[in-house]
Amino acid sequence: MIEINRDLRPWWGEGFLYKNIDLGGDKLVEILNILKKNSRYTNEEIGIMVGKTEEEVAAIISDYEKRGVIAGYTTLINWNDTQRQSVTALIEIKVAPQRGEGFDKVAERIYKFPEVSACYLMSGGFDVTAIVEGESMEEVAYFVSQKLSIQEYILSTNTHFILKRYKDNGKVFEDKVTDKREAIII
Amino acid sequence: MIVDDMILQKVKDMPPSGIRKYFDLINEMEDVISLGVGEPDFVTPWHVREAGIYSLEEGSTHYTSNSGMPVLRDSISEYLQRRFEVNYDPEKEILVTVGGSEGIDLALRALVGPGDEVIIPEPSFVAYQGCTAFTGATPVVIDLKAENEFKLTKEELIAAITEKTKLLILPFPNNPTGATMDREELSEIVEVLKDKDIIVLSDEIYAELSYRENHVSIASFPEMKDKTIIINGFSKSHAMTGWRLGYACGHRAIIDSMKKIHQYAIMCCPTTSQYAAIEALNKGDEAVKEMVTAYNHRRRVLLEGFRKIGLECFEPLGAFYLFPSIKSTGMTSDEFCEKLLLEEEVLVIPGNAFGKSGEGFIRASYASSMENILEAIKRIDRFVKKHS
Repeated sequence: MIEINRDLRPWWGEGFLYKNIDLGGDKLVEILNILKKNSRYTNEEIGIMVGKTEEEVAAIISDYEKRGVIAGYTTLINWNDTQRQSVTALIEIKVAPQRGEGFDKVAERIYKFPEVSACYLMSGGFDVTAIVEGESMEEVAYFVSQKLSIQEYILSTNTHFILKRYKDNGKVFEDKVTDKREAIII
Repeated sequence: MIVDDMILQKVKDMPPSGIRKYFDLINEMEDVISLGVGEPDFVTPWHVREAGIYSLEEGSTHYTSNSGMPVLRDSISEYLQRRFEVNYDPEKEILVTVGGSEGIDLALRALVGPGDEVIIPEPSFVAYQGCTAFTGATPVVIDLKAENEFKLTKEELIAAITEKTKLLILPFPNNPTGATMDREELSEIVEVLKDKDIIVLSDEIYAELSYRENHVSIASFPEMKDKTIIINGFSKSHAMTGWRLGYACGHRAIIDSMKKIHQYAIMCCPTTSQYAAIEALNKGDEAVKEMVTAYNHRRRVLLEGFRKIGLECFEPLGAFYLFPSIKSTGMTSDEFCEKLLLEEEVLVIPGNAFGKSGEGFIRASYASSMENILEAIKRIDRFVKKHS
């Protein structure tokens, strides 16, 4: 069941809708948490973990997918240890909100660029964060100066390059964690 | 002087560990999946570690009160009331100990001696018999049965009680079986004990690791409150094994006696650990819940795995152990475990390491990653098929 709460009209615009999706109870949220940690578990394995049948789990996941609660599946890659050239930048963007649209329209223009892998509306000293990926700092700089900052309603940008990823999506990127325990503890 | 001759006979008489050979085998092998570890695979939550570290930075490196920091005892009292509905006066009825292990040792040393009998249900933690023997008291073993899912029945208890019985050890949730006892089952034990002069040493170190219902302490029965010593701690619930911190709760006369021994032998528990424990009790509920959820997932997966392999196993509802029967393979527990280790590089512990009633069973710990558990199931399946 999806409910749209039209009573929430924050000061930054009327284009903001709040979806109040019924997740269906703790057990179903448990499935989401399992998938968040490792989306490669089979439906059978998940079913065993939460005490449901494989078919029940498949139906629940399918429902979540249709409703957009599960927005997609992705793989977390540690590019640090590969030969692939990769640069990621965090761009702070100040935006002039549009009448009747708030920040949403400007944000849409930003996130439609394929170089933008994530886009967030922020509180605080700037309005939008964009995460931009490219093969070099020059490429990212070119994108920011030639494609992003020239956009209408973008007032200013401030670019920060990620030098090293320590942790991402809950995963610490370090040498393989070994079990430091004694092999036998009675 | 022959130094060996200076050692006390009762210490010499302690039998060597039945699993010594597994330590030696493991040392020669790489990439073994060990399901033999009786401690959490999680590390202590960061906010708890940080509290301990901060206390060191602040220079909190001195002795504390023998009984444990008052604020820690307050936190323990509040925690036990909140989680298990048992009420203890932090001033007189709670003693902070070096792990639950010291609590067990102190309780036995304070209460039993030569001529006394201590009832010990088995299979169970190996320290109970050892610590009892050191006091000079006589261990009286009850061999728990698989058909009762290794719970203690009133009939078994009645049969074991004699005029010399002074203390019953009640270890639930249980290591190595994972068995628990619910309120109804405990009420039958209470019925047997309520009019007898027998103290119950309730080892509840796995209390938080209960998967169907909230753990019930025998001390929550009013008629048992004064007769029960609760042993609990932070090792299993909060992944604080190496911090060596636990606590004992009971009648003030018992706690006072235990404190006397503790203060002469230990002085006080590690100060850093106590600061960390305060943080764990006050703000650690969420982390505990996450760990218990993870254990529960693994419990179900490993149980299903053993059953699909064809090894009979009751569903354990506590701790982080499964105790399947390997009798269908025709091997002894030792044979099974040694061959499994050598042929498939999976380590499990023979059930007889926890008492002779454990013969024919193995203890598999699911305090290991889901990936390890899934791989171990495949290897054990291959092993059992090969030896069928």
